[in-house]
Amino acid sequence: MKAREDASEARVRYDAIVLGAGHNGLVTAAYLARAGRRVVVLERRPVIGGATLTEEPLPGYKYSVFSYLVSLLRPEVIHELDLVRHGLFLIPLDSTLNPLPGGDEVYREADPGRTFRNLARHSRRDAEAYADYKLTMSQIAHFVRRLQDTAAPELMARELDGVEHWEARDPAVAEVVADLGRHFLQAPRTLVDTFLRMLVMSASDFLDLWFENDAIKAALSTSSIIGSAVAPRSPGSAYVLLHHYMGELDGVYRAWGFQRGGTGAVADTLARAAVAHGAVIRTSATAARVIVRDGRVAGVALENGDEVEANVVCSSLAPQLSLGALIDPGLLPDPARLAVERWDSRGSSGKVNLALSGLPRFACRPEPGAHLAGGISIAPSIDTIEQAFDDAKYGRFSRRPFLDLVVPSYIDPGMAPPGHHVVSCFVQYAPYHLAEGTWDDQREAFGDAVIDVLEEYAPGIRSLILHRQVLSPLDIERTVGIPGGNIFHGELRLSQLFLSRPAAGLASYRTPIPGYYLCGSSSHPGGGISGAPGRFAAAAILAA
Amino acid sequence: MNRSAAPSGTQAVQRALRLLQSFAGGEEHGLSELAQRHGLAKATAHRLLAALEADGMLARSPGSSSYRLGPAAARLAGAPGTVGAPGTGARGQRSLPRTTPFHRRVLERHDSLQWRPWSGYVGAVSYEPTFTREYFAIRNAAALIDVSPLYKYEVTGSDALRLVDRVMTRDVTKCRVGQVMYSCWCDDEGKLVQDGNIVRLGDQRFRISAADPSLRWFQDCGFGMDALVRDISEATAALSLQGPRARDVLAGLVDDSEVASLRYFRAVEASFDGRPLLVTRTGYTGDLGYELWVAAGDAEPLWDRLMVAGEPHGMLPVGLMAMDAARIEAGLVLIEVDYVSATHAFLERRKSSPFEAGLGWTVKLTPGNEFIGRRALEREVATGSRWATVGIEVAWSELEAIYGRAGLRPQTVGEPPNREPTPVWADGRQIGQMTSQTFSPLLKKQIGLASIETGHSGVGAAVEVEMRVDMARVRARGSVVQLPFYDPPHKRDLAPARLAASLPALPAAKRRRPRDVREGSRDRG
Repeated sequence: MKAREDASEARVRYDAIVLGAGHNGLVTAAYLARAGRRVVVLERRPVIGGATLTEEPLPGYKYSVFSYLVSLLRPEVIHELDLVRHGLFLIPLDSTLNPLPGGDEVYREADPGRTFRNLARHSRRDAEAYADYKLTMSQIAHFVRRLQDTAAPELMARELDGVEHWEARDPAVAEVVADLGRHFLQAPRTLVDTFLRMLVMSASDFLDLWFENDAIKAALSTSSIIGSAVAPRSPGSAYVLLHHYMGELDGVYRAWGFQRGGTGAVADTLARAAVAHGAVIRTSATAARVIVRDGRVAGVALENGDEVEANVVCSSLAPQLSLGALIDPGLLPDPARLAVERWDSRGSSGKVNLALSGLPRFACRPEPGAHLAGGISIAPSIDTIEQAFDDAKYGRFSRRPFLDLVVPSYIDPGMAPPGHHVVSCFVQYAPYHLAEGTWDDQREAFGDAVIDVLEEYAPGIRSLILHRQVLSPLDIERTVGIPGGNIFHGELRLSQLFLSRPAAGLASYRTPIPGYYLCGSSSHPGGGISGAPGRFAAAAILAA
Repeated sequence: MNRSAAPSGTQAVQRALRLLQSFAGGEEHGLSELAQRHGLAKATAHRLLAALEADGMLARSPGSSSYRLGPAAARLAGAPGTVGAPGTGARGQRSLPRTTPFHRRVLERHDSLQWRPWSGYVGAVSYEPTFTREYFAIRNAAALIDVSPLYKYEVTGSDALRLVDRVMTRDVTKCRVGQVMYSCWCDDEGKLVQDGNIVRLGDQRFRISAADPSLRWFQDCGFGMDALVRDISEATAALSLQGPRARDVLAGLVDDSEVASLRYFRAVEASFDGRPLLVTRTGYTGDLGYELWVAAGDAEPLWDRLMVAGEPHGMLPVGLMAMDAARIEAGLVLIEVDYVSATHAFLERRKSSPFEAGLGWTVKLTPGNEFIGRRALEREVATGSRWATVGIEVAWSELEAIYGRAGLRPQTVGEPPNREPTPVWADGRQIGQMTSQTFSPLLKKQIGLASIETGHSGVGAAVEVEMRVDMARVRARGSVVQLPFYDPPHKRDLAPARLAASLPALPAAKRRRPRDVREGSRDRG
């Protein structure tokens, strides 16, 4: 009986198979289903979400296990998929607190006048410069938005051998390039100049153009390192800064939101949207191989021996899997195969999730208040971030790590029992490759280092801890399936962006294998809960 | 202290003042109770009370031995700067603004310098510089809103029901004791005077709350009846406790299990710390919520207890701006904003019938339900209404498009709700105006209440809404949608709100509502 059921399921035919039920896979599935395609999503894990995952390791205490905030989610995705109706509930974060040693702080609030007063305590010049900086950054973000909203055109296809058939299917390239060209030409010169410099500069140099005070620069530089193997003085870090400024909430740039119920609820929302349009989501269904017959995709073979047939397969997995383990290497032209092999998705970040029996009280602001509903970063100076990175360069986790904190339960009381709290600590640096030992034996020591720093800025927090979850890049790799555990599926550096994401010739969500597509964060415009690669990939599939 | 000794002059004044303060809550007190409470000999207390009564500061109802505030005290209360004000009200001096009984507590938490006049009181617009957190407290946690400036009336006497039923468009004879009814009252022409909530506390005892004064209206309508209409506005403080966690917060304050099981639009007389408290499951946010009515003298203890009970549930004190955004989402009209009272309209054409104000469902034209304005409203039903109050939404894509043409991202995000009437167009001409609008942080679109010609008021009708983009007036394409914009099931559910809160409601059009909970679509105006 059981065997027959399996067999019948094995013979089910779909129009499209999406690999991976992370946010991008679900977005792709929702768009395809919305267009009337019969879609199945195959997820290796028993639960959906990938890195957008809420779990309750301690009953009643919800952790956004990996990704913890939403800002890059494209408004188009929200509205085209009617995500509000399916449960999207984003609560904006209004402020950013950077505690400093000795009970001091850099506090940026929603009200510009108050932020000015707060910053002027450190530097009157910088307080003035901050308004200018914010304006420029939002103008650049607005300018770059066109790039974010443009599916990467395939300019490099002719670099690959024997792929005319696929290049020929992208006739709009010239139009896209001309459109972007016009966009650049029409923009103010200074804006374009600043943008081009941001692609390669270090965040520290970039911030030096505006600011003099180190604590303020350190506070602003935190967005330049998140998720990346760079420190503020590393070239390219200015781009990471920009990437985070490109996030928006309801059209407001650099605004972050917390999804009620944690980021897992974003995945649930997307899944509901996909299912409402008729998509099928199969969990505990591990893809073993993409089946290629007569030179085009024919389906997916699962590890359990099932085969699911479809003429279209779209993978949200990392390139090493999508274009490596899952396919016959002979199907890729050499340059593409090499690029995939060299794809850098080594992680440098970890995560510590805490369940607390009370509110954390920061030395600089011991009383509960609006600051606890915003972002909180422990990065007292550029030097301390650099020193934290130095450890990572030599294969050690940072002894005094940089922390980016959120108190989800203060923003959304549903995240913990009344009066109790959960804290999400994003931690850098945690290099995937350790010089000595393994993450399995250093994980807890890494967690201790995080708590030590926390205790310094929020005295007493240690005694409130009821439960602690420590996650290293190895854990991201194991759970989410991103080799190396990079939170963006791959470093956000110029060599891995836009036309080179994930590789020259593979940027337009298409691959040299007809019917086989890419929709993960390793495609343009990259990581973060944006849904943009998923949306572009769906558009490419529907246009074929 | 020798209690029997004749009080010295200063002491007598002090004692008299202390006695007077016992009446701050507006209740009645007996001689023995007062004597005991103030540590006075009965004789002394009696002498003082008699003096106060003689001067009109206190009064006794005929046949009653209990004292209540007298007309002279009421005159004092009406003087500027008196109720709850820290300052003076002396003649000739510039008076401080009138403040509510919660004002000292509000002030402690108020951190934005944003205040707004509200019915002669100082109202907190928002406690923080932006109202974002306060809005989300309403929608995802709990919100405590000082609504003391509302006008409150008590109607008693053997004709109380007759009076209320005669005034109200609802059939108040159907209102059970412990029930709350939302209703309109109209003039003889069937034009809307006001809307408000009626609480039936006894067979012949009602509480009415409203946004505009109505004492004279009720008294005049009750001419010749045995019904006493008392304005208890100043004596009664009111807090609105709103949000999916409101029930949990209240459970930390009131033991009474009746409150936990209090149904939508029901009332219960409860108590906290031995102080009487009227709880109604009502509100102006379209969320789960309660309104709490106490004697003004018990205001601060109530606030303090609620702040403690609310803290674990993420409760925030919330200002008028967040409440305004929430009430627009809930499709609740506001007097003088979304309609003009017939008693205030300078232009005849500005008056609205309940049908035109979107409150037609409160008009019960059933046989036997006689009320002021019924004939005119019957005629309107026969001939049709000229205007309709509808919900209009402008989708995000349209906002992006109109602002995008100006090189901007949508700019109404995070802005305070807008009460500036803006023209609504269809077929190339103005068909009405949007009277309240806001960007909904939750629904992520521009929404508003509009008064438009009935011919264009069908759900789905295409309209254009004037908006300012950069420095130009542009017309955004919008459509008429079913009200309310936001209608979470936990608003009326009895089940614990926490699970129900996990999903926003589907558009109201898709759900059928049981008739007896129809109240839900318009809690109060």
